[in-house]
Amino acid sequence: MSDKALYRDVNENPCHMCMPMGGILPIKGVEGGMVVIHGSQGCSTYMRRYISEHFSEPIDVGSSSLNEKGTVYGGEKNLKQALDNIRKVYNPKLIGVLTTCLAETIGEDINRMADEYLVERQISDLTIVPVSTPGYGGTQAEGYFLTVREIVARLAQPTPKHNKVNVIVPNISPADIREIKRLLDLMGVEYTLCPDFSDTLDRPYLEHYSKMAPGGTKLEDIKAMPGALATIELGATIGDEYSPGQFLLDKYGVPLYTVPIPIGIKNCDTFFRAIKEITGKALPDSVRTERGRLLDAMVDSHKYNFAGRSVIFGEAELVYAVSQLCIENGVYPAVVATGGAGGKLAELLHPMVKECPEPVKVLPESDFSEIREKSSSAGVNIAIGHSEGRYLTEHENIPLVRIGFPVHDRVGGQRILSVGYTGTTLLLDRITNTLLESKYRTYREDMYNLYYKEDSGGLSATKDEVNSDGLHCMS
Amino acid sequence: MSQAQAIDGRQDFIITKGKQKAHLKCDADSIAGCVSQRACVYCGARVVLNPITDAIHLVHGPIGCSAYTWDIRGSLSSGEELFRNSFSTDLREQDVIFGGEKKLTAAIDQLAAKYHPKLIFVYSTCIVGVIGDDLEAVCRTAAKRHGIEVIPVQSSGFIGNKSAGYRAACDALFRLIEPENRELVGKDKSINYLGDFNLAGEAWIIRDYLRQMGVTVNVVLTGDATYADLKKATRASVNIIQCAGSMHYLAGRMEETYGIPYMQVSFLGLEDTSESLRRIAAVIGDSEVVARTEALIAREMSHTAPVIEGYRQKLAGKKAAVYVGGGFKAISLIKQFRELSIEVVMIGTQTGRQEEYDTINDLASDGTVILDDANPSELERFMTDQEADLLVGGVKERPLAYKLGKAFIDHNHDRKHPLSGYVGAINFAKEVYTTVCSPVWKYVRAGGEGHE
Repeated sequence: MSDKALYRDVNENPCHMCMPMGGILPIKGVEGGMVVIHGSQGCSTYMRRYISEHFSEPIDVGSSSLNEKGTVYGGEKNLKQALDNIRKVYNPKLIGVLTTCLAETIGEDINRMADEYLVERQISDLTIVPVSTPGYGGTQAEGYFLTVREIVARLAQPTPKHNKVNVIVPNISPADIREIKRLLDLMGVEYTLCPDFSDTLDRPYLEHYSKMAPGGTKLEDIKAMPGALATIELGATIGDEYSPGQFLLDKYGVPLYTVPIPIGIKNCDTFFRAIKEITGKALPDSVRTERGRLLDAMVDSHKYNFAGRSVIFGEAELVYAVSQLCIENGVYPAVVATGGAGGKLAELLHPMVKECPEPVKVLPESDFSEIREKSSSAGVNIAIGHSEGRYLTEHENIPLVRIGFPVHDRVGGQRILSVGYTGTTLLLDRITNTLLESKYRTYREDMYNLYYKEDSGGLSATKDEVNSDGLHCMS
Repeated sequence: MSQAQAIDGRQDFIITKGKQKAHLKCDADSIAGCVSQRACVYCGARVVLNPITDAIHLVHGPIGCSAYTWDIRGSLSSGEELFRNSFSTDLREQDVIFGGEKKLTAAIDQLAAKYHPKLIFVYSTCIVGVIGDDLEAVCRTAAKRHGIEVIPVQSSGFIGNKSAGYRAACDALFRLIEPENRELVGKDKSINYLGDFNLAGEAWIIRDYLRQMGVTVNVVLTGDATYADLKKATRASVNIIQCAGSMHYLAGRMEETYGIPYMQVSFLGLEDTSESLRRIAAVIGDSEVVARTEALIAREMSHTAPVIEGYRQKLAGKKAAVYVGGGFKAISLIKQFRELSIEVVMIGTQTGRQEEYDTINDLASDGTVILDDANPSELERFMTDQEADLLVGGVKERPLAYKLGKAFIDHNHDRKHPLSGYVGAINFAKEVYTTVCSPVWKYVRAGGEGHE
């Protein structure tokens, strides 16, 4: 789609964040990974605040703290000092260097600086991964995938064929990542899941605290990704230029299976079909039972769900998977929105929304002002997305089912489980119960207003028409 | 415990009371890679101006700066809610190449047409400072075209630290409050209350105390302030300042230009609240005000003091670590913890000034670690070494405290309960009790029931 048509002069209440924000998460998902943001001090602080609130974890991120001098004469000295200090305090195995608007605008060549730094300091046991993430270059979603791609590109080495499957995950919760690992383990599939922040960003309470969280994808495993049987990338919407799987295919010929996040029966089936195609391993009985329970839940709740008219917003990849779940359960979306261009989202949604009984507005490059306006006029009664959607609850009384990033106004963002047959069942229950809660809260008053007439003797005044509770039927 | 290596250059920013000469380095740039907890110039400016309720806050820059500051403070409004939106020119690559002035002009035009504001603040961000958009010119032209005030805030992130942002906000405010009629300057017997952002209604609480004393508040800067309120700011005869870090500079400029004197107050804790109210009464210099103030203090203390005493008995002997934004808060917290018989064993700020650190040093007990612009590694080390039971801090510090098994007090923009005045002192004591005496610690700490 054309950027021109979507170019707006003013964004009112953003539905997306900036590129380096997205880059931090995958670096935190590799073993011994630490981050330096090359820019002014505030960038790292804002991002740390958001991430630490979502995960309830300490999020240490270095900054090159560029000041006026660094901006005028170049920030090389600052960046190298930052790398020195981060190494001293954290002793990382890998440092991701993410640029910012400022560094990109003054033309910092971080690739050269990183290479020179390693030579100057004569270091061989540290990997530096420079990633170009100007804040104006894309959203956190592009920043996330590009950083994964650069980590893989930097570490990957020609490797003899082995039996592992590469699994690339988008920004899903630590609980989601653990669920995918559980399922793969159950099936006896060997895999390298990257990035894996299921432990690093959701640490158990331990007697002793360590500055570097244990866990993360092992660097050795990332190095060996080119020898894998195939790559499964949960990244249906992302552009090829951001895709780590595409990189492994182009450079090393690793077959790529691009699938949506396994949320919803169809997306879960697609995921397991890909596993079967690659490894020959079929669904174990226990997982088949989980699938059956999901189907059972779908039937149990289908009438309640059909009363739902949803707005789905957030990162394109999650929005795509949740849209599928909503469509297959009759919680038909009225508005599907993402803050950035959304990669292939609009194109992928097109055939899906055609099947919906009522019109669906697909809004790339959106903001909450637009999302609110369209949701209100379409009679939306449930919102599904991250915490910023509380704006819809406050202003339009639309209840919010929290999923995605960031969840900063409730606890447990890191524990929200929504993938696989079991995760889908839990998510569907959250959606259904939110609809039921609204219904129980208002139905007595609604019925009273609709039907109760005072016996006043004279002609009763016509009651104002009251909106139905969002019931709609196929015509 | 993993012992962090000290970063070169950080030694000067850390002292132990009684062990070294009491001179601490502060108000300097953060050292690259030290993982400072500080935010940027833009953040400083935005947090000071954002509580102005009927203004449009337009961020000229890429989306992040606006996204991370949407509805940033828990400031409450008694009227307009326009300030709770975050507007951005959402600059893209082509804007960075060709300049963002046209886009900014269009953004102001659209917002003026849609919301009819009397006042628009346009914040500059890092790249605006580099690509050289002429914010002054764009704002001047737009102001004329729409017949409203459009004030640029020079808050490019790299020009300094958060304090520079406070100054940028004060400069913008100073422009805004310039009176049309100079003859009215200092003519009201009222006071301005600077440096309260009406978090959880704090400015309302203080305003009510002052009303009971017979003192009129002209305008609060900037909690629950409107354009019209701010336009009469120069009529007051005295400025009182709570958050000195952000507002000291504006008070200085107002004194210099309009001859309005200022005094420092603090409404955190019983001691500071009572003392501040008394000083305000003395400055007003009316014996009836003084009498009403004493009556108010007696009334409030009679039901607050026993509650605080109840908490004190449960908390006596605990040790606190403090890491907050500004110096005034740190100073008050030392006294407030003393009211609970809690000793402060570590104390630091992001943007404290030299004279504030001198006061902190005077108040602190021997052995207290005092530090400026701390980082997580230092916070971890000193909280552990000093055996603190709890930490006072902001959102980023909270999970670190919890991971270390320390209790935590939220003293940040986001809080939903007031910590000012007598009611705030009760809330504070209650929060300390709630976090220090929670049963969960029994299970998680070494030797506890949950310890394997």
